[in-house]
Amino acid sequence: MSVFSYDGTFEGLLTAIFEIYERQEEPVAIVRYADVQPGLFSPIIEVITDLVKAERVWVGLGKKVSHAARTHLYKAFLAEQPRVPLLIYQYARLAFASTQSIEENFATDCVRELAQINKQVFRESHRMEAFIRFQKTADDLFYATIAPDFNVLPIISGHFEKRYADQRWLIYDTKRHFGLYYDLEKVAQICLDEEVADRSGRLPANILEHQETLYQQLWQTYFHHINIPERKNRKLHLRHIPLRYWKYLTEKQPRLS
Amino acid sequence: MNDKVQEKLKILADAAKYDVSCSSSGGKRKNQNKGLGNAEGMGICHSYTEDGRCVSLLKILLTNYCIFDCAYCVTRRSNDIKRAAFTIDEVVNLTLNFYRRNYIEGLFLSSGIFKDSDYTMERLVRIAKKLRQEHKFNGYIHLKTIPGASEDLIKEAGLYADRLSVNIELPSELSLKALAPEKNYPQILQPMGAISRELVQNKEERKLFKMAPAFAPAGQSTQLIVGASAENDQQILHLSSQLYQDYNLKRVYYSGYVPISDDNRLPVLAATPVIRENRIYQADWLLRFYGFGVQELVNDFYPNLDLEIDPKLAWALRNLHFFPVEINQADYELILRIPGIGVKSAKKIVAARRFTHLTFDHLHKIGVVLKRAKYFITCRGQSLVQKDFSEEVIRRKIIFGENSVRSALVKQQLDLFQQAG
Repeated sequence: MSVFSYDGTFEGLLTAIFEIYERQEEPVAIVRYADVQPGLFSPIIEVITDLVKAERVWVGLGKKVSHAARTHLYKAFLAEQPRVPLLIYQYARLAFASTQSIEENFATDCVRELAQINKQVFRESHRMEAFIRFQKTADDLFYATIAPDFNVLPIISGHFEKRYADQRWLIYDTKRHFGLYYDLEKVAQICLDEEVADRSGRLPANILEHQETLYQQLWQTYFHHINIPERKNRKLHLRHIPLRYWKYLTEKQPRLS
Repeated sequence: MNDKVQEKLKILADAAKYDVSCSSSGGKRKNQNKGLGNAEGMGICHSYTEDGRCVSLLKILLTNYCIFDCAYCVTRRSNDIKRAAFTIDEVVNLTLNFYRRNYIEGLFLSSGIFKDSDYTMERLVRIAKKLRQEHKFNGYIHLKTIPGASEDLIKEAGLYADRLSVNIELPSELSLKALAPEKNYPQILQPMGAISRELVQNKEERKLFKMAPAFAPAGQSTQLIVGASAENDQQILHLSSQLYQDYNLKRVYYSGYVPISDDNRLPVLAATPVIRENRIYQADWLLRFYGFGVQELVNDFYPNLDLEIDPKLAWALRNLHFFPVEINQADYELILRIPGIGVKSAKKIVAARRFTHLTFDHLHKIGVVLKRAKYFITCRGQSLVQKDFSEEVIRRKIIFGENSVRSALVKQQLDLFQQAG
């Protein structure tokens, strides 16, 4: 019974699963290097990420469950929740031991819980696809700031690449300090030394394109005027846009004049 | 000039907001030409109004000048309000600039009728065409078909739009005559029929030639106003189920009448009938996704839906002889009919029971609402309730029993209802 520690990447986790099988040792926990608590009674096994081993686990899983189900594991991993690595291991063990696909075995805890976490991640990614607000800069870059609950930037990239194929854009995750930049050809991951936007995600006025404020204003006007006051339902409103998402939403900022 | 656009946007967004459809799903338009946008698969709600409705599209009228005088409509000729009209370029620019900033999925364009139907329709089509052809815009476009517009224009509209809609608004010809003297059913049903025929024909064409241009790939929809005229739920739901059948509609929307007009042709309403509207939507869902027939939900004995409980529960209570249903054996179709179990839970149940016998604990974890379901199911022959309760008792237990959450809104609306009655 050991604690397996890994580097926090998905490949690292897959390597850890490989090692668990090779050593035939049940894990009590799978944690990131940084989260290892010294003084635990269980011995700690430090896993060094190995892409070949990771690939073997990944391919192996592909033979036991559908590709969609396998992708769901990766998405659940992006939730960055501490219990997920062990759940993924349990799922893998169940899958490897079974002759039929276990992906719909919702009566088993790890399958059902991973399905639920995957759904949460999906919801968050869908919200980001909805709530991202670009600001246009004077050099025609469309810039947006996000701070999602889960690390969803990797899975929403494709959506924005398809949709905004003819404009340069940059989406920056201020929680995880990295962003994606699309240069009309491809998407690349970038890190900024210094964040340009202020706390509500707004860029300084001097770098905005001259009509940017006008369109933000028009959007606020529109948002204000499609409301039907007679039907006001704040509870429902908040269920759809929880308060934590408001800070980067143009329509929820003080009215521009 | 910017102030002018602001002012127009205020007026023309205000005028368009009573059209409830804001769906942007079901399209198949890909961004293949390295242009702007796509409209594939599920829609996205980019924001929500304070009344909790989805904001997915830039929903505006081209103009609110109108030659018609429909009692329920804010833009009716006899109403003394500010009037405005966008130019074609203003609409195109707003759409593109909102879209590029990820505010919207596309455009929902409707209009008051100025001059005549064809003249108005032609303007709408021209805007869609310009977006598609000059700006390589592949986002979602929903065009309202103007009653009485010619078939040629409708055909052309379908080439650029993802969805077309003609609003029926009033659920019977009689009320239409009384409240919208310039409109008549044939005038509304004729374009609807034209769209429906065109959709069928296009589907055939695309079977033969993959490259044949798509016609309104997200189909057509319509809207009925609830509460502006005397029809009961039976009449409304019969009409919708007929529309789904005969015209292949994707959606029928229902809009609880907001008392905006003091026109004396209309009934006096204390408040918008939101609960009734909600129950009708629930019934509509049961018709489309749960395999219910309209007769089962509303009929001569029960012409109106129960406001206190949802229509599925109401059906189950009237048909207790179907229950209890054994979760581990019953067909999917029957599981779908159990109150407290939705499409997703039903699918999970059918999938998971292949691996093991399901217990109440499993059901709870899968997401079944046992509070309602427990009166109607057994797991391996066991039940969670001690004995068979009568219809009345179950009903009372669900509404007033432990953990029952009655929203303030329901209470308020029921009170109003009782006062009125």
